[in-house]
Amino acid sequence: MSAGSLTSILIWLPIGGALLIWLLPLSRYATGSLALLFSFAEVGFWIEQLTRFDFSRSGLQMSERANWFGDLGVSYHVGVYGFSLWLVGLTVVVMAACTGYGFWVGRDRPRAYFGLMLLLTGATVGVFESQDLLLFYAFFEAMLIPLYVLIGVWGGARRLEATVKFVIYTMAGSLLMLAAVVVYGLQAGTFDLVDGPASASRWLFLGFMVAFVIKAPLFPFHGWLPDAYREAPPEISAVLSGVIAKAGLYGMLRIAITKFPEPTSFYRTAILTLAAASLIYGSLLAFRSPDFRGVVAYSSLAQSGLIALGLFAGTDLGFDGAVLQMVAHGLVSASLFLLAGVVERRTTTGEFRLLGGMARGRPALATLLMTVGVISLAVPGSSMFAGEFLILAGVFQRAWFWAAIGAVGIVLAAMYMLRLISAVLHEARGPTVVDEALDLRPGELALVVPLVGVLLALSVWPAGISHHSFAPDSPTSAVRSGFK
Amino acid sequence: VSLNTPHIDWFGLSPVLTLTGAAFLALLCAVLVPRRHRRITGAFFSFAGFTAGLVLAIWLYVDSPNGHTIAAGAFYRDRWTALGQIILFSVGLATTLLGVEHMPGWGRGADRERRDDHIAEFFALLLASAAGMAFFVGAANLITLFLSLEWFSIALYVMCAIDYDLEGSLEAGLKYLIVGSFGAATLLFGSALVYGATGQVSFDGIAHAIATQELTGNALLVLGLALMIAGLSFKMSAAPFHMWTPDVYEGAPTTVTAWMSSATKVAALLLTFRVMTTAFPQNQHLWGWAFAIIATISLAIGNFAALVQKNVKRILAYSAIAQAGFMLIGLSTGSALGARALMYYLIPYSAAAFGSFAIVAARERELGVPVTLENLAGFGWERPFLGVAMWFFVFAFAGLPLGGGFVGKFYVFAAAYDHGWVWLVIVGVLATLVSLYYYLGIVRAMYMRPAEELQVQPGGGVAVSGGAPAPEALLQVAVGAALAVSVGSLFAVEPLIDLAKHAASALPL
Repeated sequence: MSAGSLTSILIWLPIGGALLIWLLPLSRYATGSLALLFSFAEVGFWIEQLTRFDFSRSGLQMSERANWFGDLGVSYHVGVYGFSLWLVGLTVVVMAACTGYGFWVGRDRPRAYFGLMLLLTGATVGVFESQDLLLFYAFFEAMLIPLYVLIGVWGGARRLEATVKFVIYTMAGSLLMLAAVVVYGLQAGTFDLVDGPASASRWLFLGFMVAFVIKAPLFPFHGWLPDAYREAPPEISAVLSGVIAKAGLYGMLRIAITKFPEPTSFYRTAILTLAAASLIYGSLLAFRSPDFRGVVAYSSLAQSGLIALGLFAGTDLGFDGAVLQMVAHGLVSASLFLLAGVVERRTTTGEFRLLGGMARGRPALATLLMTVGVISLAVPGSSMFAGEFLILAGVFQRAWFWAAIGAVGIVLAAMYMLRLISAVLHEARGPTVVDEALDLRPGELALVVPLVGVLLALSVWPAGISHHSFAPDSPTSAVRSGFK
Repeated sequence: VSLNTPHIDWFGLSPVLTLTGAAFLALLCAVLVPRRHRRITGAFFSFAGFTAGLVLAIWLYVDSPNGHTIAAGAFYRDRWTALGQIILFSVGLATTLLGVEHMPGWGRGADRERRDDHIAEFFALLLASAAGMAFFVGAANLITLFLSLEWFSIALYVMCAIDYDLEGSLEAGLKYLIVGSFGAATLLFGSALVYGATGQVSFDGIAHAIATQELTGNALLVLGLALMIAGLSFKMSAAPFHMWTPDVYEGAPTTVTAWMSSATKVAALLLTFRVMTTAFPQNQHLWGWAFAIIATISLAIGNFAALVQKNVKRILAYSAIAQAGFMLIGLSTGSALGARALMYYLIPYSAAAFGSFAIVAARERELGVPVTLENLAGFGWERPFLGVAMWFFVFAFAGLPLGGGFVGKFYVFAAAYDHGWVWLVIVGVLATLVSLYYYLGIVRAMYMRPAEELQVQPGGGVAVSGGAPAPEALLQVAVGAALAVSVGSLFAVEPLIDLAKHAASALPL
């Protein structure tokens, strides 16, 4: 199998799996198993891709290219860079865990559900691997379609409002991006991301950025976030915050910053301000949030701000830290949302005033939530600490006060995360926490423990990502050369 | 006395003649065949006629790389005509399949005893209207243009009213007749003024006269052009000439609506592009702007009016107005890229338009009452195939990347930008955003509402006819084919664009 077709397989295997699941009249159990099998195969293919990837070489690797429609210069062009490889890995791992969660809790209408999960996997991997603007756009939009149905059908009581808000917000951004894609591509004569020249147009830059800041999201474009994260089924919230949000941040790195160097520096202060505001505001909202998922949702807003701070610092450390933080936070928030789901299943609620004292008699739950929580508040030695440290150091090189704001955000992270841990695990036992509520079952452990294991591995060796995202060039020179 | 008859290229006219012949045969069925066999015989002639027409149109496409006029300059034999006919006849085939099970409609008041009374006439009219449209897309002078417009319009008026048991059908036919005649009269008046200004009826001759006699700013000509634009806009149901569309689409039997919403638009848009670029290239500054403005109004009115509708046929009718707006963006550029964009857009559009109405027809038959957003509840889970197909069709309309609608939208935006009209791209983008609300509303109604919300007892329409509901195999085949075209056009962009490019090369761009 050639390296390029491996890249394509990662996109099309889950989409083919989705079609297969829709067509085969299998039982609930068989459908879930088949979907899980496809998710594991996806992880396997990604590991194969990882082992074949040559980190000592710069530029696009494992690429595949075919004509889509030549008269406008649009092609099917896929491939991976170091940083996109890590994000693909994040996608397949988180999606496998979330598919497993859906299987474990026994979602209704399994064929529709698992088909959509696989479709979502394929579309998201497609976003991270596309090297053609229109193809990127198509996958970026395609992510929305399964998400819309997944939230709208399997979500909570107020799911319909949440989906409308979510779709209108994100489509408003991405349609402006479509206009920008058309204009950029026709001006450049090609839609290819690798060949395409840099542009100095500020309007185009803003057209792309508005889509990415809504998807990420950054303050003040986060209006859809609290509803969507609360009303979605927990595993979909995990996907939204762990993976989909990262697609917006990836777009900033791959397209906005790379293709528009002049507008990037022109708007740098404005975007850094938004990023810092997201960090502080998100952290404060997380601290005030009355429920488990609210805390994780707003902390995702804060973390998106922090990552954007690293990206738009425009320094080597900032880029390295941002990529590491994307992966680390993706795993953390996915684990936290899955744990939120686990807690909600036992107590029917995520509200802190009804929870408490769950640590007693539930050592596995307590240990896992504690571990993820501690990693998430960036305790020294954790992978999140490494990422945040790199970002702060990177943005410090830009100006000291950005780093000062970032440091405040990290203090706030400790506050909201410790509040979450104590409200769920400690304090007096809440009225909804009954003795019959079991500790984590083996199936649940099998979902969360691997995620935590990867996080611990990253804590031991964060350079695995931070030194292998833009190698062998320095990140800034790689960005400056447009990843050629 | 020797009569000077022009040389006729019978092969060039063969698709139109075949369909006309099939229409006569189907009409004979209505008289000669006993009632219980009429449905199957009529459908057979319709199917055979469209298949033969399709084969001949494909043959003509292959055989006419250099376009020219035939029959003394009355008709174009070129690839633009042929490709238009291919699309029209494909929709006609699908409509035949739909008509077998769903004509007349399945309203609760319908008299089931007389279901087969006028079925042969329906197929005859379907074939006749298709023949008229096939002639319309190839019209080469003002006379054949008007003649073929009336030809297919009259067939359509009757088709709308054919199901007189169905509430609203007669009203729809009458409304369409009155408004459509008004549009046709406007077109005729405009044509007369253009003839008066230039002294020519053929499209080439008009363009030549305008160029040589410097008539570009001639008041008579400009007024005639304006009236022609208005008359053609009636047929393509572009705002502000759209008033008839929601009522007629809602009232007509759903099979007829499916046929009208896709085929009429194909014919009207392709012919308009040809008239404008062939006869009035000197006046592009006028008609380009006119159509850009009509496109903007259509996008605005179609999308905003659809937001508040509850009846699914009305939502789709307003969506058809908005879709006309998108296609007019491509048309208004008058460029080679615009021609490709328009031709490509029509392929997934006609499939999605036909398919979405076909699915409404299936639901109508289940319930026996008009389909609203309320009574779509649970439909997606009860009929998984039709539900998923509807999902794909509305997302194709919305331009989400589940089908060729996505690429079509991209192409018309590219054409507008290429023409220097960034504002039109922005208008299109904003219109798409508004449209998402009601397109997603249909998906929401089908999937996200529990079936218990359903207010009516299913099976009403079927129960009246007695016995178990007949299987809807043909409808499923037709919807499956439309789905295949809609999704396939996303992957087969290059070959389809090549077809469109060759077709557009017949036009003087």
